[in-house]
Amino acid sequence: MMPAVLAALVSGLLFGLGLTVSQMINPAKVIGFLDVFGDWDPSLAFVMAAAIPVTAAGYAVARRCRSPLCASAFSPPTQANIDRRLTVGAVLFGVGWGLVGYCPGPALAGLGLGNPATVLFVFSMLVGMGGHTALPSLLSRRIKHA
Amino acid sequence: MEHFTPVSAAIGGALIGISAVLLWIANGRIAGISGIVGGLWKPRSDDITWRVAFIAGLIAAPLVYGWAMGSLPRISVSMPPLIVIAGGLLVGFGTRLGGGCTSGHGVCGLARLSPRSVAATALFMATAIVTSFLLRHVIGM
Repeated sequence: MMPAVLAALVSGLLFGLGLTVSQMINPAKVIGFLDVFGDWDPSLAFVMAAAIPVTAAGYAVARRCRSPLCASAFSPPTQANIDRRLTVGAVLFGVGWGLVGYCPGPALAGLGLGNPATVLFVFSMLVGMGGHTALPSLLSRRIKHA
Repeated sequence: MEHFTPVSAAIGGALIGISAVLLWIANGRIAGISGIVGGLWKPRSDDITWRVAFIAGLIAAPLVYGWAMGSLPRISVSMPPLIVIAGGLLVGFGTRLGGGCTSGHGVCGLARLSPRSVAATALFMATAIVTSFLLRHVIGM
């Protein structure tokens, strides 16, 4: 229990440091990246270009382990098909990201920096997440029939 | 603001990658922020502490960085409150419906070569770019 919690804390710290060092924590920087038709700043492409191979290499090493170091089993994503939920969800997320320049990680990481807009965004995001949790049956019915 | 910063961006990206690897090898979990946070809305009792610990680390990181560097990282949100609220609702609902965000799909999923994550990342990147274009160059906000 304790090692798992400590590992999660350190992982969160590293993640937040990565967002800070790369300036992805700053919505103005993110907007500069998304604004490919304006004064485009491609910097944040380098975040993904570095994060993905590091992650892929680590995942490859982990394939030799039968279980994680501090938990009983790996919890890989279970869904495999590209369904309506995935596409509709990704589109809604993209619109929100483009409006403000915040995705979930940088918004949460910025909570301690004293910007009221960050707090307002995170509050709204949690409401949106809770809304999704509260309405699963309604949604699956609607989207199946859509 | 210094405009093009590929080196610090790549260093930050590598740190994010190391974070994702640690969470997988130690806890067997995907470092998807929307999943880690959103999972708290219907938690199992054995499933809460690691999520809270990760989020605590995430929030502490820029403060630790600021303490080490002597000044907090500067951020700026240029949109009015109504847009911020709309954006937050869309990001919260959309990431849960789509099963991931920039981290879960965009980093971890692409690293696993998951077709779902490739599709999701292409879609949210494209819609974010189009939204940003409409807002800044058509509506003029």
